[in-house]
Amino acid sequence: MSAILAVRNLEKTFGSLVAARDITVSVPAEQTVGVIGANGAGKTTFINMITGHLRPSKGSIWFEDKEITGQPSREITRLGISRSFQVAQIFPSLTVFENMCIAAAIARRSGGIFGNIVTPVHSPAATAEAEATIELFQIGRYREITASALPQGVRKLLDIGMAVVGWPRLLLLDEPTSGISIEEKFDLMKVAMSALKSRKITVLFVEHDMEIVTRFADRVLAFYDGTVIADGTPTQTLSNQQVQELISGVRLKTSVKKPGHA
Amino acid sequence: MSGRGQLVGGLMFLFATAAAPLLPDWIVSLATVALANALVVLGLVVLWRAGLVSFGQAIYYCIGAYAVALTARWTGFRDAFALVVIGGVAAGLVAALIGFLLARYREIFFAMLSLALSMILYGVLVKTESLGSTDGFSVATPTFLGFAPHRDTLGLSLYWLTLGVDAVCAVLISAYYRSVAGALAAPIRDNEIRVEFLGVSVASVVHAKVVISGVLGGLGGALAALTIGHVDPNMSYWTTSGSFVFVTILAGASSVAAAFVGSLAYEAVRSFAFDLMPQLWQMTLGSVLLLTILFLPNGLGSLVSRVKRREEAKS
Repeated sequence: MSAILAVRNLEKTFGSLVAARDITVSVPAEQTVGVIGANGAGKTTFINMITGHLRPSKGSIWFEDKEITGQPSREITRLGISRSFQVAQIFPSLTVFENMCIAAAIARRSGGIFGNIVTPVHSPAATAEAEATIELFQIGRYREITASALPQGVRKLLDIGMAVVGWPRLLLLDEPTSGISIEEKFDLMKVAMSALKSRKITVLFVEHDMEIVTRFADRVLAFYDGTVIADGTPTQTLSNQQVQELISGVRLKTSVKKPGHA
Repeated sequence: MSGRGQLVGGLMFLFATAAAPLLPDWIVSLATVALANALVVLGLVVLWRAGLVSFGQAIYYCIGAYAVALTARWTGFRDAFALVVIGGVAAGLVAALIGFLLARYREIFFAMLSLALSMILYGVLVKTESLGSTDGFSVATPTFLGFAPHRDTLGLSLYWLTLGVDAVCAVLISAYYRSVAGALAAPIRDNEIRVEFLGVSVASVVHAKVVISGVLGGLGGALAALTIGHVDPNMSYWTTSGSFVFVTILAGASSVAAAFVGSLAYEAVRSFAFDLMPQLWQMTLGSVLLLTILFLPNGLGSLVSRVKRREEAKS
């Protein structure tokens, strides 16, 4: 299987601060990759560079064997890389359905400088796509609710749904479960991940909860001090000594010891 | 616009076309100016839906008017249809140029920058003696495809021309609202980051909105210049822009038709207030605006949507 995403020697510096250094990763199609690391380890910087939000200082990024380093985010979106955000980025004054419709219409618009003006927003194809995505993410009962009034979990699903409605091949999720209560986290991830699997989307997701990472990721990248210190299956990465010391250490020790006492 | 909206708009257009010959000249003349100004208001509505307010929309109005007046003066060309197009294109070109700057600003900065630009034009025109400085100059009487109407029918001809241009613009703008670019107004107001990450350049969509509003402003100015028969720098003065914003608030952004109804209502209130209370007409206008904001915060256009909602609730 050839790599859908390949990142070589990626580096990002802000003045004297090194936010990312020497990152080399290759992701095969349809893999689900978890990204872990403490705050400030460079996870979001990594995602921001792939989606064109930040321009790398060094290194190159390849998507489907095409170099995309330094391209603006909207170009990268058009190529087939979408993202969701740590804080859901939706249109609060529109309903769930309208949010999804505009995202679907944008994804299906014709090219050229007048593409936005000649494409109708409510074409039958775009509307059908919006309906299908709402069903896929199981938020149909909120269809006519204004987005500003939605519960947190639904906002997250809508955010991911809007990123998916244009059929991207690669999706980057920046902390999909942040701001969600522990009880709701698993259900949210189950809905989101099965939706993404059904569309055969390659996924990179940033996550702090190791249980969720173990449960949903095929592979885990551990970030520390701007670089990848471990890369492998969830069990391999999480049992890596450096990862235990620097990232998951304290948590793991307690979770290992406690069952023994109980 | 829904199918019913188009029907109502078409009937309003037919009524306005047919009723004019029966009305006294002064009403036709006032209505022509109101319907010309309505185009500027429609342009402001296009911006307003995306959360942008221009306090300098008179710049396009003034450019459209001067483009018509100068073309007629320098070339002797007097065909009304072509002159109106020239006015719209001239303002559109200027909008395209300053759009590069304006599209980067939002909120109060967008408003004040457009105000500043319109005042620069005002200053330049006031200092240009060859164009009559503050007095301006008069606009040649237009012809219509070779036909030169008699003095008595000129007003009516211009009225119908204005109505025709209004109808074309209303149809085009309601088609624009149904397009992705038109529908992106609320998303841009709500969350520009998401719009960018859906793959759309916010700056270019805003730029296009500036150009559309500029063309509409220019068409309005061109028609007003032909109707009034005179242009002067006050057409770019901030109070002119202010009155357009006033009408926009009065009309509301809910529909295309609201701009035309609002503009006619404003002109009617202003004329009657001036006639009945020459000393207090501004206070009357102010009170009308205050009452609108208090009781119809979404403008006159929201009366229609209220009726609709009531009907929906019944059914």
